Amino acid sequence: MNTTASPSAAAPPRAWPAEGLTRVPYWVYQDEAIYAREQEKIFRGASWSFLCLDAELPGPNTYRTSDIGDMPVVVTRDAEGVLHAFENRCAHRGALLALKRSGEAKEIACIYHNWTYDLKGNLQGVAFRRGVAGKGGMPADAKPECNAPRKLRLELYHGVVFGTLSDQTPPMEEYLGPEVAAKFKRVMNRPVKPLGGYTQILNSNWKLYLENVKDSYHASLLHLFFAKFRINRLTHKGGVLVGGDGGSHVSFSHEGTSSGNEYEKAGLRSAAGGFTLEAPQLVASVDEWGDGGTIQILGMFPGFVLQQIKNCLAVRRVVPRGVNQTELLWTVFGYADDDEAMLQRRLLQANLIGPAGFISMEDGAATGFVQRGVAGAHDYNSFVEMGGAGVASDESRVTETSVRGFWQAWRRRMEM
Amino acid sequence: MAANAIERQFAVEQLLARYAQALDGDALESWPDFFVEQGRYRILTAENYSQGLPLPLVQADSRAMLRDRVAALRHANIYEAQHYRHVVSCTVVEKVDAQTVTAVSNFMVARIMHDGATTLFATGRYLDRIRLSNDAAEAKFEERLVILDSSRIDTLLAIPL
Repeated sequence: MNTTASPSAAAPPRAWPAEGLTRVPYWVYQDEAIYAREQEKIFRGASWSFLCLDAELPGPNTYRTSDIGDMPVVVTRDAEGVLHAFENRCAHRGALLALKRSGEAKEIACIYHNWTYDLKGNLQGVAFRRGVAGKGGMPADAKPECNAPRKLRLELYHGVVFGTLSDQTPPMEEYLGPEVAAKFKRVMNRPVKPLGGYTQILNSNWKLYLENVKDSYHASLLHLFFAKFRINRLTHKGGVLVGGDGGSHVSFSHEGTSSGNEYEKAGLRSAAGGFTLEAPQLVASVDEWGDGGTIQILGMFPGFVLQQIKNCLAVRRVVPRGVNQTELLWTVFGYADDDEAMLQRRLLQANLIGPAGFISMEDGAATGFVQRGVAGAHDYNSFVEMGGAGVASDESRVTETSVRGFWQAWRRRMEM
Repeated sequence: MAANAIERQFAVEQLLARYAQALDGDALESWPDFFVEQGRYRILTAENYSQGLPLPLVQADSRAMLRDRVAALRHANIYEAQHYRHVVSCTVVEKVDAQTVTAVSNFMVARIMHDGATTLFATGRYLDRIRLSNDAAEAKFEERLVILDSSRIDTLLAIPL
């Protein structure tokens, strides 16, 4: 695809600390020049952005709006059922083409001057192109098509639609790496049915959320609800797999594989006291995959999460909205062949996730605490040495290996 | 003797007002008692609701589940100190049978953080099904469905609406 020079294509505005991946400088969350470079090198570069679920475009002649970083895009399914995606920007004055989150349409017309596009993103009509009654209009040799919205390269990967502007982005299977790809396919093993969604506004840089997702070390320390009920303790069997160029990971665990009291011995807050659920059916789950896996969190660079928490399945889309604000768009789904009992189980377990989730509400706050905490410390660093200095799969989740993997992928693309 | 329309309206508005005062006054422990034993409480976005998508932000199918949420908020979940100010109005009450009414009302909720930062946190509608005693002296929610106008939640939604 065409890449054009822009001011941020110049030399990197900052230098990474000499220690390497065990240090993350706090300017990465606060520097406007870094943010601009990320949009170009990462989001509009050789990365796959999660656009939507295939099932969210239910039939021919439907569309959905989405994003690649700052850049708004439209995803469509044409009359033949083929998926397309293109920049949500009119060739004329740059106005948004599709305004709603989703809809049905045979063509898309810009509301500003009624220029029209087919569902492949081709400019089809320019209103009054030849003028009216022989007067006005565009010169005969004008080629507004040259300024048309950029088209995305798509990959429909096991029910999930990913898009990229670069022809250098490797196929999804390779991008994820074989181990992480296997975990992806474990959840996306048959047609899914969206159950709804919502958007959580995070008052922090987008990378703090991705780091949070990739930080298996925090899960049962910050999220007390799980630890109390032994749904997820780091002493449970599980692990972290890192794939691709470090940017993809999965952390997983199995319930009831530990009777240890390591948390109590360590005097951790999350083990203190004890209360039990009066209505434990809220966390009663069934083993859908026959492998005992209760939690599987898969994160893919730069902004995609596939989540299985018991029977609660969701995809999350991370959209940067400036240096210190991020939108986290949740879409919860079940399988098309779910029976009523399974549907009700998934809905009840949705209490665990989202902005009001028993186990995920803290994430919205925690990333904001870092953003606020580092405000006066641009030139200081995070200390990321749990599990050593490497980027590799680990049987222990007391590690920050996938956080370092995230930064490895980030630095490679940012050339920093 | 069955309650008349004025008595029903009064009973419902009292319930709505006491509910809002309890939440705004941090009396979370009394929250489940506004519901019948198998009372149902859900928060949905208007976007999901209008499309027939069932995903809740919060769902409790009994007082026991409501008590679990209070216990989690008190003892498990981590969030900055904050409180709400509810304004509830435009309550339309419709009789279903001698002991049951439905009520629709509007709400606006401001969130006040511990440092004083105040924002309009949520607006929406309550769609309620309420059981009244014979004399309308007591009213409890059989179902309270909170429909959020916006699908966007700032940071987190800890305290119930």
